[in-house]
Amino acid sequence: MTEDVFVALADPTRRRVLDLLATRGEATATSLAAELPVSRVAVIKHLAVLDRAGLVASHRAGREVRFAVRPEQLQATASWLSRLAADWDARLAAIKRMAEQT
Amino acid sequence: MSDTSDRIERDITINAPLERVWELITQPEHVGRWFGDAGAEIDLRPGGAMSLSWADHGTVHGRVERVEPMTLFSYRWEVASAGTTLVEFTLAASGDGTRLHVTESGFDALEGAEEKRRALYDDHVGGWGVELGHLAEHSRVHV
Repeated sequence: MTEDVFVALADPTRRRVLDLLATRGEATATSLAAELPVSRVAVIKHLAVLDRAGLVASHRAGREVRFAVRPEQLQATASWLSRLAADWDARLAAIKRMAEQT
Repeated sequence: MSDTSDRIERDITINAPLERVWELITQPEHVGRWFGDAGAEIDLRPGGAMSLSWADHGTVHGRVERVEPMTLFSYRWEVASAGTTLVEFTLAASGDGTRLHVTESGFDALEGAEEKRRALYDDHVGGWGVELGHLAEHSRVHV
């Protein structure tokens, strides 16, 4: 798990961008900015951070650049965190077993 | 303690005395059995070095933070390549047994800037895992 993903997800606006992209499938920076309280330039900066973290991908369609969520990295992050919690459950269960052995 | 998102908390009640549970979480010969599967080393004092080994994953290094016998044991250990998290065990007598509580925290510390740290603290009351899981699921439908 890279630090970039946590940095990228730590920002509420970037999570909102991801939400919008997830809902729409694809969007341009301009159409995202129309639904967010930030400028198009700011949206482009947020998209760049998300891109570096592997969370979004872009492609050119005519004169537009369209962005979409790349779900792999999100899934990896989510499963990484739930796996950490599951790991602790397993460890505590092992401690309990060992402690209760007579 | 609070309901922050960058924290995993778990607890369990064990039908064994405090002393026994304390031994299991602090003595390397025991820790090497329930944590790693290829041994452990723990210099049980604040600042002491520790290592946990897995046959498949190699060795992870850590550093002891606090040692309060029968009450609290904490250390920092490496998480992936992103930095360290704090693992804290607290013990309390519960009837004839022991309540063991573990917290792993500090995913916020993987970030440098204060604002990012604060964002992590404030915005994820529901927990990362759930939120990201939903978002990932949601995304998959469209991609």
